[in-house]
Amino acid sequence: MLTAPDERCDAEVVMAAGGGPPGGLRTAVLPETATVYWRPRVDAARLRRIGRLWTLTTVGHVVPFLLAGAVLIWLEPLSAPVALICLAHAWVIPELYASRGANVVRPGRRSDESSERAALGLLGDLVGHAERDLHARTGLVLERGRLGTWLVGEAGALLVRSRGRRVDCWCVHVDDQQLPSADRIAHLLLALRADEQGFATVANLAFSGARGRIRRRLRREMRPALDTAANGDGTSGPTPP
Amino acid sequence: MARLIRMDRTGHSTVAEWRADDPAAVEAAVQAFRRELDRGYLAMVTTGPGQAEQVRELPVGADTVILRRPISGG
Repeated sequence: MLTAPDERCDAEVVMAAGGGPPGGLRTAVLPETATVYWRPRVDAARLRRIGRLWTLTTVGHVVPFLLAGAVLIWLEPLSAPVALICLAHAWVIPELYASRGANVVRPGRRSDESSERAALGLLGDLVGHAERDLHARTGLVLERGRLGTWLVGEAGALLVRSRGRRVDCWCVHVDDQQLPSADRIAHLLLALRADEQGFATVANLAFSGARGRIRRRLRREMRPALDTAANGDGTSGPTPP
Repeated sequence: MARLIRMDRTGHSTVAEWRADDPAAVEAAVQAFRRELDRGYLAMVTTGPGQAEQVRELPVGADTVILRRPISGG
């Protein structure tokens, strides 16, 4: 698909000045977006369009099976077992999609204890007290952005938006799976903070749907992080404009 | 004392330390910084709560510069 020039992911380099770090050239756009140059840059409007498309897709999966089940029973009540199979499909397919979404924040392999401790110390320096506490309990780091509230895991992130009603599940990881788990999160967190829209552009969207659908499929210990992100309480961070 | 930190398999390693008023230490840090960028690392500086920037030259006035690997989707 052709993309308008202002939507392309070319790296924009600007000279450091004013509030930026002194003495360094800084890049305003995540350099990794160059590897997915064909993708339009993700913004709030694009997320809304993608969300609507996901909802339509879900309806497209569910309604035909429900109709088929209803028609079968109407035509021949003895076909009820087949109608039940149709109903099961209408339930299972959306659940499988939601499960795929929840899996983006599934914890991965652990490194040795000393590496994990060192990495955790660095991650702790990057976030506030409330976020540290939430990470210790849930394994996810909460980060407020302009697109919504992010929950960053080791190999993916959840974006909670639309006042907590919708969750987008993004599959994204650092290209070194031997890193300690906290370092994998820190990599994603720094990239997210540098360029939120670029981060969402680089990441692959695994699922977008209602928060309740994801919550059911999340590991039990991670659910409080999703609740906190949806309720918008308990953490510090930049306030979206 | 400012630090150049690399996130690696040990958790993190301090690659260089310098003070802005020590030209020799700054020069050593700049050299180390360039070596790490040549190895494919990206340098990040925290610029405020919830804000970070990628830098392509060592910001001598920064407290901490963190080196990270590129990320990708999938």
